[in-house]
Amino acid sequence: MKIRKPSKEPPVHPKDSLLRVERIPHIWCPGCGIGTVFGAVMGAIQKSGCDLDRLAMVSGIGCTGRMAGYIRLDSFHTTHGRAIPFATGLKLARPETKVLVVSGDGDLLAIGGNHFIHAARRNIDLTVICVNNLNYGMTGGQQAPSTPFGARTPTSVAGSPEEPFNFCHLAAACGAVYVARWTALHIRLLTNAITEAMQKRGFSFLEVLTPCPSSFGRRNKMGSALDTLKFYHDRSVIRNGIDPRDALLDYDNQIVVGRFVDIERPTFTDNYEAVNLRHAMPSPEPERPQGRRKP
Amino acid sequence: MSDKSVLTGTWFMNGDHACCEGALAAGCRFFAGYPITPATEVAERMSRRLPELGGIYIQMEDELASMAAILGASWGGVKAMTSTSGPGFSLMMENIGLGICTETPCVVCNVQRAGPSTGLPTLVAQGDMMQARWGSHGHYEIIALSPSSPQEMFDFTIRAFNLSEQYRLPVIILADEVVGHMNERVVIPPAGEIEVVKRRKPTAPPGEYRPYQPDADGVAPMAGCGEGYRIHVTGLTHDERGYPGMNAATQEQMMERLIRKIRANRDSIIRTENVFLDDAEVVVVAYGISARSARHAVQEARAKGIRAGLIKLETVWPFPEELIRSVASRVRALVMPEINAGQMVLEMERCAGGACPVRMVAHHGGALIPPAKVLDAVRKALKGRP
Amino acid sequence: MTASPERQVFITGFGGQGIVMAGDILGKAATLYDRRHATMMQTYGPEARGGSCSSQVIISDREILFPCIGEPEVLICMSQEGYTKYVKTLRRRGTLIWDTDLVKSRKSAAGLTTFNIPATRFAEELGSTMMANIVMLGFLAAVQNVVSAGALRDAVADSVPPATKENNIRAFDRGREYGEAILKGRAKQGLAGESA
Repeated sequence: MKIRKPSKEPPVHPKDSLLRVERIPHIWCPGCGIGTVFGAVMGAIQKSGCDLDRLAMVSGIGCTGRMAGYIRLDSFHTTHGRAIPFATGLKLARPETKVLVVSGDGDLLAIGGNHFIHAARRNIDLTVICVNNLNYGMTGGQQAPSTPFGARTPTSVAGSPEEPFNFCHLAAACGAVYVARWTALHIRLLTNAITEAMQKRGFSFLEVLTPCPSSFGRRNKMGSALDTLKFYHDRSVIRNGIDPRDALLDYDNQIVVGRFVDIERPTFTDNYEAVNLRHAMPSPEPERPQGRRKP
Repeated sequence: MSDKSVLTGTWFMNGDHACCEGALAAGCRFFAGYPITPATEVAERMSRRLPELGGIYIQMEDELASMAAILGASWGGVKAMTSTSGPGFSLMMENIGLGICTETPCVVCNVQRAGPSTGLPTLVAQGDMMQARWGSHGHYEIIALSPSSPQEMFDFTIRAFNLSEQYRLPVIILADEVVGHMNERVVIPPAGEIEVVKRRKPTAPPGEYRPYQPDADGVAPMAGCGEGYRIHVTGLTHDERGYPGMNAATQEQMMERLIRKIRANRDSIIRTENVFLDDAEVVVVAYGISARSARHAVQEARAKGIRAGLIKLETVWPFPEELIRSVASRVRALVMPEINAGQMVLEMERCAGGACPVRMVAHHGGALIPPAKVLDAVRKALKGRP
Repeated sequence: MTASPERQVFITGFGGQGIVMAGDILGKAATLYDRRHATMMQTYGPEARGGSCSSQVIISDREILFPCIGEPEVLICMSQEGYTKYVKTLRRRGTLIWDTDLVKSRKSAAGLTTFNIPATRFAEELGSTMMANIVMLGFLAAVQNVVSAGALRDAVADSVPPATKENNIRAFDRGREYGEAILKGRAKQGLAGESA
């Protein structure tokens, strides 16, 4: 048998071209699901074949927010909760650029919740990927708007007294044109879904459930990251096309995943152009200077 | 530039509208805002004017979003602004900090009203002077201009855009309700006579370009989104590549750059109008709408044989330290009228450093300072009365 | 009559009457047509409609520094509330003008020159009460030489929506003619102004 000589060049990963390799190692914990989602995002970008100079990533603050710092695209790591409005400005100023927003559940739907609902309502052409690890990972795992009722976190030691959001239902209700939920286990389906979402014109939304073994998993006896993935495997049920209000996250019984919404609707830019074209008549303010001209 | 973007001619226009026209003349093509008295007229006019010019007006869900959106638009390569008043200005603070840290050119017009809190929405004040200077967390340098007429709203808005592009930071216009709502003659020159600063772009190819490596003037050329440079922009402390560096050395390098680019260029940033300074015994220092009361008082004083002078601050931040220091050393007193209980006067006291007494004419807001009050303060200052 | 170096006009009424527009047109006439200096400030309450509202216009041959009017020289009242609130601020020998139908209850106006016109009624006759402010401006042009009447008429034509221009000019002329008639009547009686 012929043994191939080891190359003198350092090994090249197929996704290195999309990675700021000089910034690796990353900050994510062993077993964290964000890296899996990051891999799926890069896979989807490669699969889409889109011009990398016409693609940008915007993130907020938190573990997922760091993704913008590792991807070799024009990338913007903004303030906590404000990734969507920043991305709105970027997209409207540069309509030829496809803008991905990647952030965590707390960033996008607690502190940034107001921006989320309005961007979906306006149908701003953004692909928003929410990595949902059920808690605030970076600050040590505190209770988030995604934390299941009764789950233990450092700010809900007796169990969370709050009901969490169904993010997919919220996104759909606000007018998102594409809504899907997958888990860090469903890598191939997730990658396909990101590609699909990127191809949509308008506000597309993807929720990805991920393990957070260092915080949420540890406090809620989820075991290792692998155990969480097994849990996803055992509990998740694919139900494409169902009404997202019925796409429940019932951790005791079943986790509903799938593509729930895939519709067409004019984007903000479509409507802005149409409305202003229709209105293109003399401005209410007289455009000529008034008064008598100097002789 | 299309003809419609510069409304050349003479107008009887309010300050909010003049601000909008100044922005458009400076090349602003993106406005994100939220209605708030007394700044709403800026947004309303923008919403009518921008679509005519192929620009974007978007009414955001709040001022947090407005500020974030103009930063995004600026990285998209479009000159962008927002306008607001006190409560909205408070909400913008965090993202003004992001603009400072990421060196993002944009303009924020604050048409001040009386606070704190909701205060007097329809009435004048100058209470946000220190908030403009220090309102976002952390230490930083800022540029703020203070117009005292609709004409200056037009002129200073153009200058705000130029300064923001030249020094890569959010520039703040500190107007007030009276300047915003008052109508007066505004002369808009032909487009060719308006100086417009263009964004300095990198000359180095991708791979060699370091987004935060400054040129000789302390400012780095700016590559935008989609220009092939694959930039990374973060509000974390970052090195010249734009990459986070979580240590004191990176912090020092970044802070030095952010501070030096303003301090080292103070002479070209700071503008004051100095009147009767040569033989003045008392000098009134004023800005914004209160500078009109001050000028009135100084003219009256001169008519009565009192040797009063005026320094009108066009740039309020950075503060003209050297000028105040040198004037303080040769006059009998300095007087400052302002519609707050003492903000810029603190800077003046600091710069005077005890060289001469500093007297303030304070007003808690809701009305202008009558010129007679300023004149009275000038007289008392001359007599050395408390 | 020659214009004095500085004229101060205070217009008061309620939101929706075009009080600020009237001030704007007056300032425009002075600035853009008479080529003098003018400032116009507005005050208003939180109500979008119906709240009290006023505009103050200063017109001068020199640059105007302080844009507020302490004691107006000409006070135009288009509401009872405005009259009651501001009549006491009017300076001695000042001119008081009111809408006959909107200001019913008045105190003694000794020492003042007074005029009144049913501006709103006239505007209604001409098709829209919205033009009461323009009728009032026409009246002002006749009874007070604050700006030149031609300038004010041109400024009206320039400020109203094009479709309503003709009607507004008619409203202006109606007010002006009414004012001229009153002056003629008083001149016959040898009175400069009515003292109520």
